[in-house]
Formats: sequence, structure tokens, C-alpha cells
Amino acid sequence: MSSNTLPKKNEIKRGAQGVRPAPGNWKNWIGVIPFLLFTFLFIVLPSLSLFVGAFQDAQGNFTFKNLADLFSADIIGAYWVSIRISLATAVGGGLLGFLMAYAITVGGLPRWVRTALTTFSGVAANFAGVPLAFAFIATLGRTGLVTVIFKTLFGLDLYDKGFSLYSFLGLSLTYMYFQFPLMVLTITPALDGLKKEWREASENLGATSFQYWRMVAMPILLPSLLATIILLFGNAFGAYATALSLTGGFLNLVTIVIGSQIKGDILHNVGLGYALALGMVIIMAISMVIYYFLRRRSERWLRT
Amino acid sequence: MKTNRLWSWFWVLIGVLYFLVPLIATFEFSLRAKKGVLSFLAYQRVFEDPQFYKTFLFSLEMGALTILVSILLVVPTAYWIRLRLPQMRSVVEFITMMPFVIPAIVLVFGLIRVFSGPPFFLTNTYIGTDALLIAGYTVLALPYMYRSVDNGLASIDVRSLTEAAQSLGAGWGTILLQVIIPNLRAAVLSGAFLTLATVIGEFTIASFLVGVNAFGPYMSLIGQNKTYESSSLAIISFLLTWAFMGLIQLLNRGGQQALSGAR
Repeated sequence: MSSNTLPKKNEIKRGAQGVRPAPGNWKNWIGVIPFLLFTFLFIVLPSLSLFVGAFQDAQGNFTFKNLADLFSADIIGAYWVSIRISLATAVGGGLLGFLMAYAITVGGLPRWVRTALTTFSGVAANFAGVPLAFAFIATLGRTGLVTVIFKTLFGLDLYDKGFSLYSFLGLSLTYMYFQFPLMVLTITPALDGLKKEWREASENLGATSFQYWRMVAMPILLPSLLATIILLFGNAFGAYATALSLTGGFLNLVTIVIGSQIKGDILHNVGLGYALALGMVIIMAISMVIYYFLRRRSERWLRT
Repeated sequence: MKTNRLWSWFWVLIGVLYFLVPLIATFEFSLRAKKGVLSFLAYQRVFEDPQFYKTFLFSLEMGALTILVSILLVVPTAYWIRLRLPQMRSVVEFITMMPFVIPAIVLVFGLIRVFSGPPFFLTNTYIGTDALLIAGYTVLALPYMYRSVDNGLASIDVRSLTEAAQSLGAGWGTILLQVIIPNLRAAVLSGAFLTLATVIGEFTIASFLVGVNAFGPYMSLIGQNKTYESSSLAIISFLLTWAFMGLIQLLNRGGQQALSGAR
């Protein structure tokens, strides 16, 4: 970057910025115009349109009513279920994924286990949507294999005991299928970043394994752990296909409500649909901002 | 140390069970279409359904076009930014992360609101609707396509290659097509396969734009009235995902893992 002739152009330009545009400067922007145009048309414009719609009534006048309507019991309920399910599967999947990542990195297992498990995880993390719902119906549905095994082997009817695949718990178990592999994939590099010397140093100073984890490894890992859990949260929060094909829209998630709003005006208020979408984007944006800062914090330690 | 290792095996076992049990159950279920015996009847029925091929080919086509558009959009942009506009890098990276903030369901909501009315009227024609679908998929593919290509660019000396090509009299088109893209083969291909893995069974955007013409909505329709066939479809799409991921692993051994967004 520093040894050639081209960067000089940039330096000159940067120096001249605000005084007058350097000759030929605008040519540099030509290369990114298609990209900016595309993203404006298909990302910015749709988002903006929903944003504007959220502040308009049926006649197109400015209003805060749509946003106020978000605070009705139904809508708050939908957000609450979505948030709870995303949190539960993010924390649950995060924990399971972390323990597995721990096992394959510092757990002293043979190398092939690690290769196999990361490959599995790569597939499972991308195996979502309609087929995933089918798989869980065949597993834990009323006539699913696991349900039947429990019934015949242990005489335990899961559905009599109050379990249902088409409930909060069932959907959570299904989401976990793509949540924990995502944790394995993202946290493994962080665990690799724990230097052997740190462990040796703490052992030399007489620390127990627990003390090492509590006082050395965990503080270093915590930002990446939290960051990944937030990533998992967003992953579950935006999921639509899996939930719809599993519960048939029975569970009142935000994505499901938005989906039925697009199909027909079920809220009897288009503006409310836009406000719902806006609320989702705000929650996702907040979690992504937190993710970004945690990520930067964790990179401080894990850069070598 | 011994207990430590047992503990490790225990968690790996839990993970493997979580991973395999639903697959075994689905496979077993898919074999039960004929009463009393195990058979591949459900698979046979799926493969005999003309709708299966029609929707699958449609989604494959949409996937291929999405890849084409993504490459045309991402490669020149990422290249240009490394070469001429390094100050724009964080801005473009930020834009490519937007699909993580805007879930697919919100994206399709916005796309319909903007492009189904004046002045675009894209959803009034088949071509327009397909184009909108491809645009939506390209947006979904942006984060990993961009990251994949940008990582690929980081591993080659873009500036020297460009200058060498220029001094031999090559224009921008030649540089991109004959110098940069061949050097990015692995990166572009792994991005492409991940795009394909995501797009082929995609449900959310497809169901609102093209309905049961696409493979994802078709699977969903089968799931509503044919139990065994839906299990065999799940196994088929699992094998597809496995194939795409295997290809990606082959392409970037030891490289970063490929991940797509929420579905």
C-alpha cells in the first residue's frame, strides 16, 4: 500500500479535501456507483419506505399512532414471545456450543473429532427453514421417532405430559439445531486464541484450573462469548420459515405477524404492519451495535 | 486430566446426538410410506412429481442468476475499494452487513411496498417479479459474498497485478476478467456455493414473490398434505446442503467458516 505510485493520489486528494476537489477525483467514485445504486434501490429504499409508512396514517398524513399501537397487548405479546425464544435459544445454544467448542479445542480430543464436528456444524448451521421443520416433525412430532421410542421403551407419552413440538419449547428445540453449530463455528477461533503461555503462567503462580478460567480465560473470552450470543439472538429473532412451517403460524411471533400482514390486512391497519417491521429493525440494529463493540473488544486480545 | 477428557467426550456426544437423531428419525420416517415395510416409495413419488423438477430448476436458475449478479456487483466494488477508495472500505462493509439488521421478512415487505407500485410496477410481470426475487437474494448473499471476495483480494497483490496488466495495455474489463477473477476463483466459488445453498430452499422471500413456483414454497406445500414425501424432501435438501458445504470446505481448507444469515 505504501510503496507504489497510486496511494499518492489518495494522499493528495485527502490533503486537498474541503479545499477543492482534486482533478480526476470523481473518477475514483465511478467504480462504486453500481454498488451504491443497487444497495440504495434494494436496501435503503425498502427500509426507508417502511420507516415512512410507520409514521403515516391511511391518508398519508404524519402520525405517531402506528407506533403507539405497537403497545397494545397483542403486539407486545408477539415481541415478547420472539424475544424470549431468541434469548432462550441463544443462551441455550450458546452454552451447548461453547462446551462443544471447548471440548474440541482445549479438551484434549483427537484432531479428527474437531474436523468432523466443525464440518457437521457448517452443515447444520445452514440447514434451516422448511426442511428443518420437517425433520423435527419426524423426530418429536406426535408420531415422530423419539416420541414413539419414549412411548414404547419407557412407557412415557411426551404429549400426555404436556410436551408439544408446536409450542415454545418445541420451537426452541428446533431453533437449537442451527443455533449451537453457529456457536461452535464462531467461538472455536476465540478458544484457539487462548495462549498456552497464559495457562502455564497461571499454573506457575499456583492457580488452580478453576482460578485460571475465572480470572484469566473467561475475562478474555467474555466479549466474544457475549458477541456470539447476540449473533445467535438475531439469528433466531429474524427467523420466519422454520417457525411458520413448524407451527403453521400458531405461535404468535413478530415475524409471523408481519408475514400474515403482507398476505392480507389482518391487523386492519397497514401502518401498524410497517411499525412492526420498524420495531424489528430497531431491535436488530441495537443488538448489532452491541455485537460490533463486543467484537472489537475481543479482537484486542485475540490478535497475534 | 482423565475426567477432563471424559467431560469433553460427553459434550461432543451430546452434540453429535443432537445433530444425528433428527436426521435418523427423518430418514426412517421417509421410508415408511408403504405400510408395514421400509421402502423408497416416498422418494419415488417425489421424483415422479413434475412439480418437483419444475420448482427445483426454477430455484436453481434463480440461484445461478443471483450468483452472477452478486459477482458482477461485489467483485468490481471490492477490487475498486482496495485499489482506489480505501477510505470507503468501512462504509461498504457496513452496507454489506445490513442484511443482518434487516430480516428477510422485513426486506420482502419493503421490496413489495416499493416495487409493486408506481413507478416500478415490477410485480406485474413474471420477469419483473423474478428480477425482484434475484435482487432480494443478492441482498441476502451480500454479507458472505463480500467477505469471501474481500478475503480473497487480501491474499493477492491487487496493486501490482493491476499495474502489471496496465503496463501490458490491458483495460479495466480485461484486468477484472482475466487477472483478478481467475485469482479469486476459490473465494468466488465458495461464496457462490453458499449462495446456492441458501437460495435453493429459501422460503421467506420466495413465498411472497413467486409462491409455489419456487422450491422452498413447494416443499412447504408438500409438508401440508404429504407426510412421508416431506420427510424425503428434508433428506434431499439436507444432502444438498451437505454437498455444498463439502465443496466449500474443499475450496478453502482451513479458511474461515461459511455462514449465512437467519431464515
